[in-house]
Amino acid sequence: MSGLKTPSGRLKRDVIPGFGLSMGVTLTMLSLIVLIPLASVPLVLKDYSLSEFWRVVTDRQTIATYKVSFSCAAAAAVINVFFGVLLAWVLTRYKFPGRRILDGLIELPFALPTAVAGVALTTLYSERGWIGYLFSKIGVKISYTTTGITIAMIFIGIPFVVRSIQPVLENLDPQYEEAAATLGASRARIFTSVVVPEILPAALTGFALAFARAIGEYGSVVFIAGNIPYRTQITPLMIMNKLEQFNYPAAASIALVMIVFSFLVLFGVNILQSKISEISRGS
Amino acid sequence: MGSKAIKIALILLSASFVTIMLILPLVTVLTYSMRQGWRIFVSYITDYYTIKALNLTLLAAAVTLAVNTVFGIFSAWSITKFRFRGKQALTTLIDIPFSISPIIAGLVFILIFGRIGWAYPLMEAWNVKIVFAVPGIVLATVFVTFPFVSRELIPLMQSQGSEEEEAAALMGASGFLIFRKITFPHIKWGLLYGVILCAARALGEFGAVSVVSGHLRGKTNTLPLHVEVLFNEFKLTASFAVASILVVIAIIVLILRNIVEYRLKREDG
Amino acid sequence: MKRSILSKTIAGALLLTGVFTAFAGFASDNAAGKISITNVSYDPTRELYEQYNKLFRAYWLREKGQEVEITQSHGGSGKQARGVIEGNEADVVTLALEGDVDEIRKAGLIDAGWVKEFDKNSAPYTSTIVFLVRKGNPRNLKDWDDIIKPGVEIITPDPKSSGGARWNFLAAWAFSDRKNGGNEEKNKEFLKALFANVTVLDSGARGSTTTFVENGQGDVLLAWENEAFLSQKEHPGDFEIVTPSLSILAQPSVAVVDVYARKHGTEEAAKAYLRYLYSDEAQRLEGRNYYRPSNPNILREFKDAFNLDVKLVNIDDEFGGWDAAQAKFFADGAIFDEIYRRR
Repeated sequence: MSGLKTPSGRLKRDVIPGFGLSMGVTLTMLSLIVLIPLASVPLVLKDYSLSEFWRVVTDRQTIATYKVSFSCAAAAAVINVFFGVLLAWVLTRYKFPGRRILDGLIELPFALPTAVAGVALTTLYSERGWIGYLFSKIGVKISYTTTGITIAMIFIGIPFVVRSIQPVLENLDPQYEEAAATLGASRARIFTSVVVPEILPAALTGFALAFARAIGEYGSVVFIAGNIPYRTQITPLMIMNKLEQFNYPAAASIALVMIVFSFLVLFGVNILQSKISEISRGS
Repeated sequence: MGSKAIKIALILLSASFVTIMLILPLVTVLTYSMRQGWRIFVSYITDYYTIKALNLTLLAAAVTLAVNTVFGIFSAWSITKFRFRGKQALTTLIDIPFSISPIIAGLVFILIFGRIGWAYPLMEAWNVKIVFAVPGIVLATVFVTFPFVSRELIPLMQSQGSEEEEAAALMGASGFLIFRKITFPHIKWGLLYGVILCAARALGEFGAVSVVSGHLRGKTNTLPLHVEVLFNEFKLTASFAVASILVVIAIIVLILRNIVEYRLKREDG
Repeated sequence: MKRSILSKTIAGALLLTGVFTAFAGFASDNAAGKISITNVSYDPTRELYEQYNKLFRAYWLREKGQEVEITQSHGGSGKQARGVIEGNEADVVTLALEGDVDEIRKAGLIDAGWVKEFDKNSAPYTSTIVFLVRKGNPRNLKDWDDIIKPGVEIITPDPKSSGGARWNFLAAWAFSDRKNGGNEEKNKEFLKALFANVTVLDSGARGSTTTFVENGQGDVLLAWENEAFLSQKEHPGDFEIVTPSLSILAQPSVAVVDVYARKHGTEEAAKAYLRYLYSDEAQRLEGRNYYRPSNPNILREFKDAFNLDVKLVNIDDEFGGWDAAQAKFFADGAIFDEIYRRR
């Protein structure tokens, strides 16, 4: 009986047991694997003065890379949310030949090593590749431009969105949609008033994850990027460049900026998400 | 404009997106890997060092799955079934490995266990090697795939609410019983998705592992690293051949998931 | 009930910590009886060392009656050096650049004076920078002047992220310096014109090769001679190698990583391993793998393969060594950055 949803009856105190155990395990694992390691990043910066830090992270060329990375990642995430919702919807609501294959292919970007994906995409979208050839006919260059970077970011981000939304749609009983339909609601109306509120938190998660992943991605983007300073260099490449010069503090500084920025984006989305799910549960 | 027409239009749109974004790159990889013929392809993928790398990759993925599944269930349970201060911060902290550039993810372990790291003297004293050895590879893989399972479960359990669990708890059921009888049946598909996702990602992880591996052939080279090394040695065909092993493993994993899913759903029905 | 929550929490935490320590437990190598050395090298040397290791294993067995096992590691030269500094315990390093090996010395792992430990500045084989052009050389690119002409598209890796690419830059600079009589401003203009023609600046040598060879970008690829040969080998008949009138002597350096070798007790074998690279058999092997043997007599045996007429400047005489060149050209805000900033 998953349809049981009473607007009232929110309990003042938690009654479900197991808080101590589950929280203990969660925090221990999180600390060991994520928090303690991450705390080591600022340690590298201990001999670094604030002005040095500032100079490195606001260098003109570095700022140009933020612009490229963030704008391409945002564009890719928006496109991914659109196609992610579409794919999740098609996969859960329709039966058609090849559905399972379509479903199975979604994780492909995870399984391909990023370098291979990068080389394959670059080839595909360069003038010699199938798609790049078609676009070159109309004078559009994809590989080695910001368009190419965005494409690579769409590639690595799509599973995040689809797989965030799909389970929610699977659990969303089509009865609601049917009930709304029998009451005479239009299809668009059903979608916006019944489906959208349910999948919005998951879609936001998908957006945030795809966005954050795209900013940090190196292997698959670096091949298609062209890496021309001020035009098509991405921020992770700057970190690589600093490391290549054995400049750990400079690398860690830029890394820190990226970590903080990503944290803020994710934090904002998480707050938004929980607000929405509280509202949609009808309090 | 019937619903049938919309259905077909949506399916076609999805199918063409998947074809352009996912299938064509895959086909490109396979075309390249077969460029020198079937015989040479086989010799590449049965190479001694390829097999060694495959074993290491599977080991790292198996440990990763175990760790992250445990974490995923516990963290999703504590985040969605209870109210406490700092929940948003906790959720965000769990997400962090996603947003961190793989290069940094690898680097953090170097900054702990490497020769320049603060735990190095300790490791030396115990004669234990973490980075540039197998444990480091496992650790890096766990790190980058850490949120996968919990990220799959949290929105699902959130949209579910916890009324049923609360009712059961009021009737005196224990935590494990509630989880097994009430929560688990709702989340098993989500859990399975998360695990599959985690497996696929763990098998293909390159960036972070590359930093901590040292690329010792036959010892700390994982399959994706081996792909990269071959690529950099100007052996494009060989490298794509090895990459196609990963593709095949991924496809096997995905088929398995479909079978399991189908069986379980029939039981339910 | 309350008490059990606490104890369960602690039990859970302890269990997990235990699992992790267990993992940390399965530690490193160690073979009894035979000796084991690790050679950390850079990317395109895999075939060379695969063959060389066989040669050396036989030699060591003959000389010392001892089995030696050699573990290879390959990756970008700078990254490999960083790995060694960070704790990848190589007994010997065979890297692309003197500068990378010297970083390991600065970290205190290699004894000072390593450059003189082996012959020819510890560079058993050398290479140089050449042009790889498409079949028939359609743009008729013969020398550095030709490739800076407007409209020529150049593919080269980024000197900031690829150590090897710094040789490309330095070779062009050396050419311009001769041509413009040492006028620094003119040299900058020359390099600026060159990089204005660069359409894709990949992060590594291999990326550039793929861009040029597989994806058909650009008219000319600036590449190491041995890598140009490797590309030709993978695509016979599609490309030609053009050697400019002047280029730079690229010296991949080798060194024993003294601290690790002492720790492993492999100093003797490690030294012998590198010294044997200068033997006639090994020199011929290097020639067959497209590196120029440092022994002039053996090099002459390969005169059909390599263009021996090219004038090669070397980094010490021309630029005052790696450190000076690095600081002047490639450090943050140095000449390379300036060239891009001035556009």
